[in-house]
Amino acid sequence: MKKLVLSSIIILIGITFIGRLSYLQIFRFSRDQVLEDPAVQPVYDYPERGYIYDRNGELLVANQPAYDVMVIPREVTSLDTLEFCSLLGITRDHFIKRLKKAHTYSPRLPSVLVPQLSKEDYARLQEKMRKYRGFYIEKRSLRDYKTTAGANVLGYISEVNEWDLKNNPYYELGELTGRTGIEKQYEEILRGKKGVKYIQKDRFNRVIGPYKNGSWDTLAKPGTEINITLDKELQEYGERLMVGKRGGIVAIEPSSGEILAMISGPTYEPSLLVGRQRSFNYSKLHNDTISKPTWDRSILAEPSPGSPFKTLQALAALQEGVITPETTFRCYNGFYVGSTKRGCHCGGGLRTMNSGIYRSCNAYFAGTFRKFYDNYETTDQAQDVWEGHMESFGLGNYLGYDLPTGRPGRIPGKEYYDRVYGDGRWASTYVISNSIGQGEVAATPIQLANMTAAIANRGYFYTPHLIKSIADEEIQDQRYIERKYTTIDPEHFEPVIQGMADVYEKGTAKWLQIPGVEIAGKTGTVENYTRIDGVRTQLTDHSLFVAFAPVHNPKIALAVYIENGYYGARYAGHIASLLIEKYLKGEISRKDLEKRMLEKTLDHEYAKPYSGEEFKINEYVW
Amino acid sequence: MSGRNVIRRLDWVSILIFVLLVSIGWLNIYSSTFSESGTSIFDLSQLYGKQLLFIGISLASILLIMALEASFYERFSSLFYIIVLLLLLGLFLFGKTIAGATSWYGLGFFNLQPSELAKAATALALAKYLSDIQTDIRRRKDQLIALSIFILPALLIIPQPDPGSALVFFSLIFVLFREGLPLWYLGVAFIAILLFIATLMFGTVWVAIGLSLLIAFIYLLKKPSVKIPIVPMVGIYVVAIAFSLSVNLVFEHVFEQRHRDRFSLWLRLEKDPDKLEEIRKTIGYNTYQSEKAIESGGFFGKGFLEGTRTKGDFVPEQHTDYIFTTVGEEWGFLGTSAVVILFTILLLRLVQLAERQKNPFSRMYGYGVVSILLIHYFINIGMVIGVLPTIGIPLPFFSYGGSGLIGFTMLLFIFLRLDANRLKEWT
Repeated sequence: MKKLVLSSIIILIGITFIGRLSYLQIFRFSRDQVLEDPAVQPVYDYPERGYIYDRNGELLVANQPAYDVMVIPREVTSLDTLEFCSLLGITRDHFIKRLKKAHTYSPRLPSVLVPQLSKEDYARLQEKMRKYRGFYIEKRSLRDYKTTAGANVLGYISEVNEWDLKNNPYYELGELTGRTGIEKQYEEILRGKKGVKYIQKDRFNRVIGPYKNGSWDTLAKPGTEINITLDKELQEYGERLMVGKRGGIVAIEPSSGEILAMISGPTYEPSLLVGRQRSFNYSKLHNDTISKPTWDRSILAEPSPGSPFKTLQALAALQEGVITPETTFRCYNGFYVGSTKRGCHCGGGLRTMNSGIYRSCNAYFAGTFRKFYDNYETTDQAQDVWEGHMESFGLGNYLGYDLPTGRPGRIPGKEYYDRVYGDGRWASTYVISNSIGQGEVAATPIQLANMTAAIANRGYFYTPHLIKSIADEEIQDQRYIERKYTTIDPEHFEPVIQGMADVYEKGTAKWLQIPGVEIAGKTGTVENYTRIDGVRTQLTDHSLFVAFAPVHNPKIALAVYIENGYYGARYAGHIASLLIEKYLKGEISRKDLEKRMLEKTLDHEYAKPYSGEEFKINEYVW
Repeated sequence: MSGRNVIRRLDWVSILIFVLLVSIGWLNIYSSTFSESGTSIFDLSQLYGKQLLFIGISLASILLIMALEASFYERFSSLFYIIVLLLLLGLFLFGKTIAGATSWYGLGFFNLQPSELAKAATALALAKYLSDIQTDIRRRKDQLIALSIFILPALLIIPQPDPGSALVFFSLIFVLFREGLPLWYLGVAFIAILLFIATLMFGTVWVAIGLSLLIAFIYLLKKPSVKIPIVPMVGIYVVAIAFSLSVNLVFEHVFEQRHRDRFSLWLRLEKDPDKLEEIRKTIGYNTYQSEKAIESGGFFGKGFLEGTRTKGDFVPEQHTDYIFTTVGEEWGFLGTSAVVILFTILLLRLVQLAERQKNPFSRMYGYGVVSILLIHYFINIGMVIGVLPTIGIPLPFFSYGGSGLIGFTMLLFIFLRLDANRLKEWT
């Protein structure tokens, strides 16, 4: 017994030690230790961010230098705070607060003390910087915008936040990352890759040489320049037309799916979100919850598609053989659903497909829709076929374009109505509003533009996209160069397109013709409601217009959506006509039309719901 | 006995491990003290060069030890003991102060630390006293004399101040246990330590509840035939609670804040993250840095001379008391576990050697050697890997320091010399 006591203690100690050591060195050990190793400090070399050009090689976004004052809190020695603060142009309280915050983040890692100094401040500060231990100036590159337009597409860059740091190990505090738009979508291409040198330090933080003789160091990889598909001139012109109006415009080149313009109104100058005023400006824009300038209406607004949707009804009915272009329906200045009468503005009379489209006759399309549903044994079957046709035009789901945000719109299926009305408790009369684009359907402006491009192409489209080339290499991304076919056979498109062309020739957009250009289009007037003090109140209709031109060999297809712009041919029709002329001819021949659009605003309409007074809607005043 | 016989009968297992430990130790001292100026390893201006010289002196002292008759050590043990006590006393007059402790005699290029030599001398003296036929360890008086043999040098060392080294002498109590001091003393001490820790960690109330449950279990699980008297049980319970209460009293009112901090660091009593951060930077700095350095070595280590934390001097005292962190960082778990295993084998081997001695003096000295090596090894590595509070004593054969290395070498080789002589009796 006695002889064993000491031996057992020795063995017990050995086991305890090995247990503890395996906990420390095997269980708790992790490979990224080098990053928290106080003896190794990474020093970064930031490459310049890639430039952004438009489709014609016009420079949209370049870079300008900016200077951050950085601090490593544990290296700070006593200093003349007053002098330093006056050099930096900040108050002493602010200085102490920032320093404390930096210390909380990490005493040994650099934090930003004062971000983005101007060149002049930098020049004054630079020579005195050596006096202040623990502080240094880090040069960064900020965006320099060569255009006043396209803020919603280009997006902006800003300092990484804690969420980014946690989710992407690439970033370090104080670095910049694309926050929205193209900057975010193509972040890695534009950003390049920072270079890193690991430096070995002793406990007094003195540099004692490269770590592992520099074998871990990497060179910076510069950012890559990209061309996007926007047409700078068209984009800028569109934004000028949109001043004082709310809504979204998307223009697409049908033969490639390239987005020529993507306009949201109201918008802001991209340069507002650069530099020291960035967060102030951002709050101002973001807190404007009435006009919502940061909300990109061209891809996020989901209005009912209205009358442009009728073209798809005609195509679906032709494809299923329930009508021919010559089939007629009579319009009694409206049509009946059961015993309720729904109105129509076409003037009444016998309608064929052609006049149904160019006069936008509700009764014609309601009749077609009924015939379509009666063609099937059950409403469920009919709804499935209908849904398939609509979705083949890119409606009812995310389109897959290259921006980080989007909305799916809505093409209701049978499940949707089963949920609303109950299984087997609804029929075509319940969903007939969809035939004229009211009802439950919804689509974003970009979806409407894409739908128009598919009609212009007579049956297929390319997924709309913004990237044109990366480092002068045309993109080869399958997603953007592959044709997506609709479920409609090409021969059915001609009568519909003829109807759309007649919209300009003799229909709802007769006054918007462009001399020498054949256009096909469709107006839309969308009823809409809001809640004022809890009461559902109708507002002035949304003005909607889709068009493509020239009718043969189309170069541009677009959708224009103007909130509360009244009937389709008004604001939306005007703007569509001007944009097509601008793009195809380079200049505007109808100066009076242009002047009207540049000067008119809809501010009086937008003020109505907030006025607190009774108001009239759909007034004919210009 | 001829020299040839001594060499043949030496325990080469122990010697091999000794050589390994000293070599590995030197490599790590080299790594933690070298600078890239590229001088020779014999450069005496560098610590690793000096340590190499100390290794040489140690080897020479081994030859001297081997050359002397085994009986010499028993015969002159009292004299060694007295010389060492005088040396310790002399420190109060002539001592040289380094880093706040007056533990050295300045001898020009070399500082002699008598407390290192006192370890071997005290082990010899204790063995000598206990092996005397007049001595009966079961007698209270003899117990007290035996205790005072190693408490005396400890008392001289405490005021240097060097409480860590003083603590080492108490390990010699293992010799007494081996020689007949009732083992329940050890049991009581062990329970007292457990109660001390439990009180600090959970508080007296929970200790009381835990003990009540324990007693209840004992009564529930005992065989019906076994009678455990109630009154002494209650007595023990009361004493234990009283002890627990006194722990609180001592901790709060007798200990100083720095002592309290060490315990709260060791037992992870502090939960407030701000205070933890504070402890890490002050008294916990060493422990935190050494743990981190060892942890960063991982399984395979960063490689010889590649330890970033070692190179950056992040761990204080790394070539002396914290030398094991270099092993951890550069050689990884493979290295640390190898060192632990080497020490374990050496200590077990020495116990075995001690037990095979026919001469009681040799056996008792052997136990003294194991006790002293064990407590150094246990406290040093335990401290470095964060399972024990910070107590600064060197790792035998490893840590930088001439007196220490020579002292440990003599301690070990005197025993190996005695062991080589085990078949021959002397009077």
